[in-house]
Amino acid sequence: MFDAEVKHPQRWQRYTLDQRLLRFAIYLVVVAAIVQSIRNINIIPEFLIDAPEQMADLVNRMWPVDWSYYPQSVNSALIETIHIATLGTIISMLLAIPIGLMAASNFTPNRMLNFIAKLLLVSSRSVNSLVWALLFIAIFGPGALAGTLAIAFRSIGFIGKLTGEAIEEASSGSIEALKAAGASKGAILNYGYWPQIKPAFWSLVLLRWDINIRESAVIGLVGAGGIGMTLDTAMNLFQWNRVAVILIAIFAIVIVTEVIITQVRKRML
Amino acid sequence: MANLNQSTAIIRSKPFSLSKKVKLGFVVLLLYVVYATFQLDFTYSRFISGLDNASTFFDRMFPPNFERSRILIKGMVESLQIAVVASLLGILLALPIGLLGARNLMPGWATWPARSLVALCRALHPVIVAILFVKAVGFGALAGILALTVASIGFIGKLFTEAIEEISIKQVEAVRSTGASFANVILFSVLPQVFARFVGFSTYQFDSNLRNSTMVGIVGAGGIGGTLFSAFQRFDYDFVAAILITIIAVIMLGELLASFIRAVFLENIGISDLWRKQSKRTLAAGGKDIV
Amino acid sequence: MSAQLSIQDLTKSYQAGIPVLKGINLEITGDGVTAIIGPSGTGKSTLLRCINRLVEPTSGRVLLINGETSFDLVKVRGRTLRRARRQVGMVFQEYNLVERLTVMENLLTGRLGYTPAWKAWLRWFEASDIDRAYDLLQKVGLSQLANQRADALSGGQRQRVGIARALMQKPDLLLADEPTSSLDPKTSVEIMELMTELTQAEGIPVVINMHDVELAKRFAHRIIGMSDGRIVFDGTSDQLTPEHLKSIYGGESWLI
Repeated sequence: MFDAEVKHPQRWQRYTLDQRLLRFAIYLVVVAAIVQSIRNINIIPEFLIDAPEQMADLVNRMWPVDWSYYPQSVNSALIETIHIATLGTIISMLLAIPIGLMAASNFTPNRMLNFIAKLLLVSSRSVNSLVWALLFIAIFGPGALAGTLAIAFRSIGFIGKLTGEAIEEASSGSIEALKAAGASKGAILNYGYWPQIKPAFWSLVLLRWDINIRESAVIGLVGAGGIGMTLDTAMNLFQWNRVAVILIAIFAIVIVTEVIITQVRKRML
Repeated sequence: MANLNQSTAIIRSKPFSLSKKVKLGFVVLLLYVVYATFQLDFTYSRFISGLDNASTFFDRMFPPNFERSRILIKGMVESLQIAVVASLLGILLALPIGLLGARNLMPGWATWPARSLVALCRALHPVIVAILFVKAVGFGALAGILALTVASIGFIGKLFTEAIEEISIKQVEAVRSTGASFANVILFSVLPQVFARFVGFSTYQFDSNLRNSTMVGIVGAGGIGGTLFSAFQRFDYDFVAAILITIIAVIMLGELLASFIRAVFLENIGISDLWRKQSKRTLAAGGKDIV
Repeated sequence: MSAQLSIQDLTKSYQAGIPVLKGINLEITGDGVTAIIGPSGTGKSTLLRCINRLVEPTSGRVLLINGETSFDLVKVRGRTLRRARRQVGMVFQEYNLVERLTVMENLLTGRLGYTPAWKAWLRWFEASDIDRAYDLLQKVGLSQLANQRADALSGGQRQRVGIARALMQKPDLLLADEPTSSLDPKTSVEIMELMTELTQAEGIPVVINMHDVELAKRFAHRIIGMSDGRIVFDGTSDQLTPEHLKSIYGGESWLI
């Protein structure tokens, strides 16, 4: 009996050969990508060496901060930014729910519809909000309308994808029971799925609103309204003191938003 | 008769009634929408004339024009490179910084500066950071790399610190009690616990960097964003369409790659599993019932 | 008076060529408790779910006849399927309540088959529905828990809600898929008593899947034994001998 044990040399391997091959393949590809990128990237060394000096110069020009600029233009621009972000989030919520439902394979069994919905959601997420802004500016002209729609369309992918996933992960037992009782599809959605996904849904809408405040502050750089436009003007005119106060304002609004969200989360949960 | 007394004693509240707070919330929301629309000057006529523009706009976008594919590919490759290098630098820098920020392992004089640094990196939008770097180090990919590295440090650093703070300290103590050096303690008790989540958010950040790298070019930080922006300004909308399609395709590939890497490292699949996964999928599709 | 269920030549294969149900023929008439027993994997659950089409039968007919109306549950679709389903109540092993809704709200979901869509959306249920809900709550002994969330209840309490919900449909037939398998022995007996009492009071036939043979013999008028996708025994609990049990379950060591 003991002879049989001695026959096998004891070796401890964490991964089988199979798994190791695949991991190695990935390491190889990643290293190759990194080497390729570093080798071919266009970096002018003079700029790199110059960088600290340039950055110091920049900070110098921003001081003293032009606080008087705040009530002049920054405040109203900030408020416009908040409107863009909030309205955009609300609009995207309404549009994302049906698409998210269409993408959930347990709610919509049709594979073609699933695919189309998922494609729409991926496209919405892949196109950056700045690019959406450019798109809508080309259609509606510069201003807050383009900005709001840009924020809305970018958020559809986020809210839709995560809502769809939440529906797919909903426990099917209660759904089965409602089906057995003869409830219509709409009733099953309302009474079976919605109670389950409600907390997750509001949580991600809140998260998206947070992200959208940051995004809205930035889309003005291409002309879509909000404080980004004020920033763009100040930078083009090299008015660095004003740039400083604008950056501080953006920073402040982001912090305020985070505080609001933590408070709301505490109340809801 | 006892039954009757029992039933009248029950307080009959209306089922499914929404609490007063929630109803109030909805009313406030509705009022806000009306108010904001008014403030932002959304008039119906503007919207309609916009839709008119939209149709001419879409006409000019299709069919997408791939003729200038050389510039397109060059820009796309540069964006990819920016994303790869920024992710790498971000991960490398975020590891020590994130570790330093863990309050369950590190003393206060280490955690406070580390956490502040991470918060600072997250504070400003990558585009704004990109603009600042462009002003500092000039146009080109370097500014983009630096900007996205900062963003990566902010994201990965924060999540890495959170992951470390959530580990079971008992496992750390167990390894420590064997007399292992600090490095070994980290290696064998801390890292195994956080590895799974680390792979998860690192791949997520790579995807995020890929998306952002296509756009920092708009402010001059390299990549396809610059090409896209000039195409817009020249009203070359069919070229814009081509660029957008390419960007979407690359990002989709990036997501697939990321989930594949997650599968290899988290679920430990091997090469033979790749064949098996195919057949498993077809079986599931065939046997599934439409309920 | 009461409804009649007629299953004719029912087969079901999840994978082509491997049938789970091999030509089931079954008639359920009158109001009584019918228990289906048999080893796991023998198709008991599949059979029950074929009746209300939670699982698609491969071939055969399932006729639900109540006086004038008759449905072939295998063939109906869309709205007719829903109308047929609302006449069949079901009690589940895992209770299948909507966790975040209260007990009352769960009971009212039993009426969704009868509530028009817009009213369901606005959550306006008929006063008679609400009255019936309170009435059933009292019958299952949970009146005090009307506004408790379902996930705050114990297993036995949840199953009572499940039974009440099924009865809210005023069904012609009640199906129960291993309703006591997740409960302790004492609660299991309580649930079985409750189910048999309430359904007999309203004249509703019941079909129950169970793996506890003693429980089946105690509460069921008629016992159906399934083995390998076929019915191998159909009779009263007195007629169920150890030989029959052996042919259903195989092996002897589990028999006392």
